Amino acid sequence: MAIEQVSVFFENKPGKLVEILGALAENDINICAYSLADTSDYGILRMIFQDPAGAVAVLKARGFTAKATGVLGLLIDDRPGSSVRAVKLLSDAGINIEYTYAFGVPGGKACVLLRVKDNAQAEAEALLRADGARLISHAELF
Amino acid sequence: MDIKRCYQPEIEAASRDYLRAIQSARLIQMVKNCYENVPFYQQKFSEIGLLPGDIHSIDDISKLPFTVKQDLRDNYPFGLFAVPRDRLVRIHASSGTTGKQTVVGYTEEDVLHWSEGAARALVAAGATKDDMIHVSYGYGLFTGGLGLHYGAELLGATAIPVSSGNTQRQVQILQDFGSNFLCCTPSYALFIGETVADMGIDPKTLPLRGGIFGAEPWTDNMRREIERLLDIKAYDIYGLSEIAGPGVSYNCACQDGLHVCEDYFYPEIIDPDTLEPVPDGTYGELVFTCIGKEALPLVRYRTRDIAALNRDRCDCGRTLVRMSKPRGRSDDMLIIRGVNVFPSQVEHVILEQGLEPNYQIQVERKDNLDVMTVLIELSDAMFSDSVQVIQEAERRLKNAMLSTLGVSSSIRFADPRSLPRSEGKAVRVVDKRSLV
Repeated sequence: MAIEQVSVFFENKPGKLVEILGALAENDINICAYSLADTSDYGILRMIFQDPAGAVAVLKARGFTAKATGVLGLLIDDRPGSSVRAVKLLSDAGINIEYTYAFGVPGGKACVLLRVKDNAQAEAEALLRADGARLISHAELF
Repeated sequence: MDIKRCYQPEIEAASRDYLRAIQSARLIQMVKNCYENVPFYQQKFSEIGLLPGDIHSIDDISKLPFTVKQDLRDNYPFGLFAVPRDRLVRIHASSGTTGKQTVVGYTEEDVLHWSEGAARALVAAGATKDDMIHVSYGYGLFTGGLGLHYGAELLGATAIPVSSGNTQRQVQILQDFGSNFLCCTPSYALFIGETVADMGIDPKTLPLRGGIFGAEPWTDNMRREIERLLDIKAYDIYGLSEIAGPGVSYNCACQDGLHVCEDYFYPEIIDPDTLEPVPDGTYGELVFTCIGKEALPLVRYRTRDIAALNRDRCDCGRTLVRMSKPRGRSDDMLIIRGVNVFPSQVEHVILEQGLEPNYQIQVERKDNLDVMTVLIELSDAMFSDSVQVIQEAERRLKNAMLSTLGVSSSIRFADPRSLPRSEGKAVRVVDKRSLV
């Protein structure tokens, strides 16, 4: 029960981010959260949308390379120390977190998004569940 | 005529009539050799109804068919050799378009003639048998290293086979061994010159007097910069493995064009479209016939280099015809740090890696070194949202390019459809090196 995140590749040069965000705005697509990974040559913008397939279609129509990737979504209390437990659990199990980012949600909560390798995802999910973590689905986010 | 700095004045400053007599005799012998020993040529001659007896003098050269690089590839590796295997003393090879190399062979006599060419170049640059010749061309299948090495030894000088790389050690040897002449690519000479400065060494304190540089295009500005950085005189040398290697032609003290060793390598300039010879002084494609070669006697080999010939008497006293510095190519070959690179090789690597061939090659000169970047469009199939995975793909491509091309490159992924398409005239190569 993963959250569908949309990633888009672009060359790291001025105007590219405007192009991506502009295309989404023109199509009235709201971005729930985003995070940017960059190197000196290129960037990967990772975003959460209510309708990931729709967003991918818009980005592809503009010539971008975009695709959906499953990430784990963890609902935690928005207070000090609440994300360390989950990260430590995965770390102790030898599961590498490729990347993570988070955003606040109403009601004093926060959502942590975690990406682990595809072949480790089921194990990570089971470990978190067994530990009583609150995993949320894509639908629950909206 | 009193001619200074000349290794073989009896040839280099011979009368034109004498040279023509040598050329005619050698051409007749060579055509006979090709006809009798190279099935490829026997067939080519037969196709146009030409028999060895039809060649009476060097003037008949235009009756002969051309040879192109593809012919060497089609007959890979030894198909064009005119001598039995036991007469070969050396094999060299240069890169080909799809990873397959162009293989060349030499008899003992061939190596001697080639070495004479290199020795002529060394002496014309001012070297004597008492000098230390520092060879920083790569040693190996590439002809650069061994070509100058054998030239230096034939001259009776001391060859130092440093090969390329490890620039600080190069400078150390220049200083400690007291090298008098440096042989390498001009871009590497500049890099060595800068390293000398970086190491806080005054070039005036080095025994170095001159340098012989070639295997890649360079400009008069680069020459002046090399001369300034190393406090030497810089001379040009030209060659290609198909003909022999470095020493096919060379600068004399006048530094005004390159004297061609036309007693062994007969030059012509043709219009690359009509294939007709053009008058002296007109630029066109440089063609060589290896009239003195035994193992690989190529007939009218099209070099693809664009140059012009000058038969005016040179102030140095040599009568050997001069060719201009090549000023371009009639094909798409690139010369990156002395290594021949064809866009088709790059494409081959990309396809081999299972990628789509939407790419562009960019070449720049940074800190006097050629830098090649291959831009490849990132397709959906290749895209991963993990930076690590993309970087891993870059590394894999970089290694594959290095092993196929023999020269390093950087790989950069580009947005889809951002590069010119292969339909029509795709801009596959953007050469930003200013060589004017």
